[in-house]
Amino acid sequence: MINFEYARANDVADAVRMIAADPTAKFIAGGTNLIDLMKEEVERPSRLIDISRLPLKTVEETAVGGLWIGALVPNSDLAYHPLIEQRYPLLSSAILAGASQQLRNMASTGGNLLQRTRCAYFYDTATPCNKREPGTGCSAIGGVNRGHAILGASESCIATHPSDMCVALAALDARVHMMGPEGARAIAFNDFHRLPGNTPQLDTNLHPNEIIIAVELPAKGFTANYSYLKIRDRLSYAFALVSIAAVLELEGGTIKEARLALGGVAHKPWRDAAAETMLRGQPANQASFTRAADLLLRDAKGYEHNAFKIDLARRGIVRTLTQAAQATPQSQSDKKIR
Amino acid sequence: MTQARTVARTSPAPAKISVALDVNGRPRQLKVAPWTTLLDALRDHLDLTGTKKGCDHGQCGACTVLVDGRRVNSCLTLAVMKDGAKITTIEGLATNDALHPLQQAFIDHDAFQCGYCTPGQICSAAGLIAEGKARTPDQIRELMSGNICRCGAYPNIVAAIEQAMSAMGDKS
Repeated sequence: MINFEYARANDVADAVRMIAADPTAKFIAGGTNLIDLMKEEVERPSRLIDISRLPLKTVEETAVGGLWIGALVPNSDLAYHPLIEQRYPLLSSAILAGASQQLRNMASTGGNLLQRTRCAYFYDTATPCNKREPGTGCSAIGGVNRGHAILGASESCIATHPSDMCVALAALDARVHMMGPEGARAIAFNDFHRLPGNTPQLDTNLHPNEIIIAVELPAKGFTANYSYLKIRDRLSYAFALVSIAAVLELEGGTIKEARLALGGVAHKPWRDAAAETMLRGQPANQASFTRAADLLLRDAKGYEHNAFKIDLARRGIVRTLTQAAQATPQSQSDKKIR
Repeated sequence: MTQARTVARTSPAPAKISVALDVNGRPRQLKVAPWTTLLDALRDHLDLTGTKKGCDHGQCGACTVLVDGRRVNSCLTLAVMKDGAKITTIEGLATNDALHPLQQAFIDHDAFQCGYCTPGQICSAAGLIAEGKARTPDQIRELMSGNICRCGAYPNIVAAIEQAMSAMGDKS
């Protein structure tokens, strides 16, 4: 573990002032990822600014029928919150598919968005990594890359974003609210995380001196037809090889609206407008779902060890859309995939 | 290590910080460096070595304790951030001479072999029962998946938790 100084922020304005005053400081909330990275000396902040006591811990209804989720609501509280369970069951399911209950008790909503990739080379300070040390090269491209990206990767980085919660938030068209020295702003969830391009050191479009204050959900929660399917090496407590969030709005057997987001396959939760548009007006059956999967994966590229993920994703998309259409969402405790 | 030394050289060693904790019902005052985890504070500062250090990275669950009644990985928790909190460790579960129903159930069901993961398993199970979300063996398995047992005592651990759940349910 590295040595560092510790300070506590009293309110959001205080936190923004403190982070602006010290470019080598970092915020800490749950700490489940940051402490681990500091033990590995991947993250080396000179000072931690404790934001865990800020009043950002409530889930409130918005004027437009959605929900305002404070950035410090713990993952477990969010998953079991009655308004989330009733109105956004996809989000509840995705959160419960991630990590362990101990970690979910600690991890915050905002921190979940900001967690770093679990690429082994990013964690291993003895190897080159463009995300950890820009310009040194990517060890994963020619290395062990079984868990890595098949969509949207670059010559610089093939890391994946590890979150389950974010996959559901992407499918639900959430918005991220933040506060900085220039005031408050919000961005659409799909614009929050970045693709690696030539700057894989930047995971998100959050500015350096900004703090996430909330995640906002729109009114539409897709309570009838949804499913979150996570495929991984063991049945629980493992990162996704491929995960799929699917929601449908059906009229009879016809698709009125479809949304698909994938985890474990890219540097960010992966949405594809073309595949979703294609499904609109189509019958909710295996033929439509297979065409959508093929369209979504049209540019998928496998590396030495992860090419299997392309077919896994294709089958997973069809399966998850089928579960959603049949209103038989994947259970996160009974692991049989039906 | 190299980077840690660089940080230490370029800035004065941060001062130790006072932390007040209620540990197993007893008020404790300690002075710790900011980087001291709750796990190290319990084991090295308070001599409560029941809580175990397994992976030290939040992957094995051996360090599980209850903070304000919620189960957490103490290896990923900074002691300074828990000033004022109520901590329960394996040493705090029994009342007087009576074992906690989970401790008794782990003995009854032979739910451990080497025992290293057991304090974490039992604290985690205490958290699980308090959460009230597990009703079936499938749900117990899923919500206990943050606790790894290398001896593979899982079937007996699930049976022990089921016994404790009904014993504790009968009482209330």
